[in-house]
Amino acid sequence: MGEFLLVTIQVDMQDQLALRLQDDLTRAIEKKGAKGVLIDISALEMVDSFIGRMIADISAMARILSAKTVLVGMQPAVAITLVELGLSLPGVATALNVGRGMELLRESLRNSDSDDNFLER
Amino acid sequence: MTISSSGELPLSNEHDIVLSRQAVRRMTVELGFSLVDQTKMVTATSELARNALIYGGGGTLRWTLLSEGTKRGLRLMFEDQGPGIANLELAMTDGWTSGTGLGLGLTGARRLVNEFHIESTVGLGTRVVITRWK
Amino acid sequence: MPKGILAATLQQRSQKILAQWLKQLEHGAAISKARLSSAELSRQAGEFLTLLTDAAQSNDITDISGPGWLPVRSFLEDLSRKRVLAGFSSDETATFIFSLKRPLFEALQEECGSGDIAKLSNVLWAATELLDKFGLHTVKAFQASREEVIGRQQTDLLELSTPVVKLWDGILALPMIGTLDSARTQIVMESLLQKIVETESQIAIIDITGVPTVDTLVAQHLLKTVTALRLMGADCIISGVRPQIAQTIVHLGVDLQGVTTKVNLADALALALKRTGVSFTKQ
Repeated sequence: MGEFLLVTIQVDMQDQLALRLQDDLTRAIEKKGAKGVLIDISALEMVDSFIGRMIADISAMARILSAKTVLVGMQPAVAITLVELGLSLPGVATALNVGRGMELLRESLRNSDSDDNFLER
Repeated sequence: MTISSSGELPLSNEHDIVLSRQAVRRMTVELGFSLVDQTKMVTATSELARNALIYGGGGTLRWTLLSEGTKRGLRLMFEDQGPGIANLELAMTDGWTSGTGLGLGLTGARRLVNEFHIESTVGLGTRVVITRWK
Repeated sequence: MPKGILAATLQQRSQKILAQWLKQLEHGAAISKARLSSAELSRQAGEFLTLLTDAAQSNDITDISGPGWLPVRSFLEDLSRKRVLAGFSSDETATFIFSLKRPLFEALQEECGSGDIAKLSNVLWAATELLDKFGLHTVKAFQASREEVIGRQQTDLLELSTPVVKLWDGILALPMIGTLDSARTQIVMESLLQKIVETESQIAIIDITGVPTVDTLVAQHLLKTVTALRLMGADCIISGVRPQIAQTIVHLGVDLQGVTTKVNLADALALALKRTGVSFTKQ
């Protein structure tokens, strides 16, 4: 993937594991000088406030490390539930799947000097 | 109202939260809930189970399959013997967060279910009961 | 003691009671409207009478909510459900129980003999109360079943009346017509989101030209749909925004969070095509 990191969350995670993931990811961004992170949650049948906050935090930390984050593959039932829960993840860019996510990242890198608000819709 | 069956699960560590999510998923599937309603119930379980563990110091999840005439439903009770919530009214307003900076997720969970009851006494503990009907 | 006599009568005279009861039922609407075969009706009557007789032997006949009466209650609930599906009315269904009264009373009279009027009248009273309770239970179950069927039909209708249309590769449109209530919006939201995944579409155009009023509730529902779409990575354009609606939205202080709105579907489509990088040239 070159300068991008792809994280696929597949398992019903315990909270501690989620925090470990956050840790590992931010370390990896720094170590590899990654410019973009794709978080694939297409296998997650549930996202609660803990995971939601973790994703928002990853996005914020990545931004500080000069990397953009895109969340991909949220299932419809999960999206509906998150909205009802009151979580809209405002600072997190999203895409339908990994392919679109990568397109988005590439495009944002092309525009990176002009428009830093590109992904923050 | 007839109660078809019931049971309980401990909420003493993180793995228990995962187990309770999985148990509620199985039950809502068995009751024939739509995918969205299953997800809502499982998510509410995750929120409330985590509350019982983190804020309540551990607790119990008691589940009951309900049937009222031809209606079927699932009732979940999350109980802990923790410090309790001093100001319930405040806690039930959107945007309220406890001292540690983490919201209690109560108001969010309430929107995911059909019935929501909460009782809490400082020094004794908290009990949250949620119900979802098919 | 009324219970003892009732239980004993049911036990000993069940065949005769059943035969006379069936005669009453045969004259009823069930058979005359040919919704139920003779064989099926007599099977149902027979089963009910057996369950009633068994339960009456060892349970309190003044309280049918106890666990010992569960088989009878369940049987009646099941019967009601079947009758709803077969198109019976609630009184036709209740008549099933009430027409048992006469044969049962006659049997009780035979059992008591012509001596003690007080004893007979006590047991008749107990019997009529018992059957009334079951009759009411049947009607309640019938109504609940019917509501369930209507609910399901409504859901089906809702799904049919809000079709998601594919306007172009990657562009879906959802024309909303009529009032946007909670139940409707849920179903519509789910169906739109599902279609987005299936067609891998990038943009959803929600057209509210056909929605008469936009109040806070409607605006909230729209907002939820828009947010869910965004979480999944799709864009949303709301079209059919008349000037009054624009005013309402501003006055309500609803923040559409950067969602583009267009006056009509054509403009929305033009924008969507532009966003997906499609252009047309005239030949």
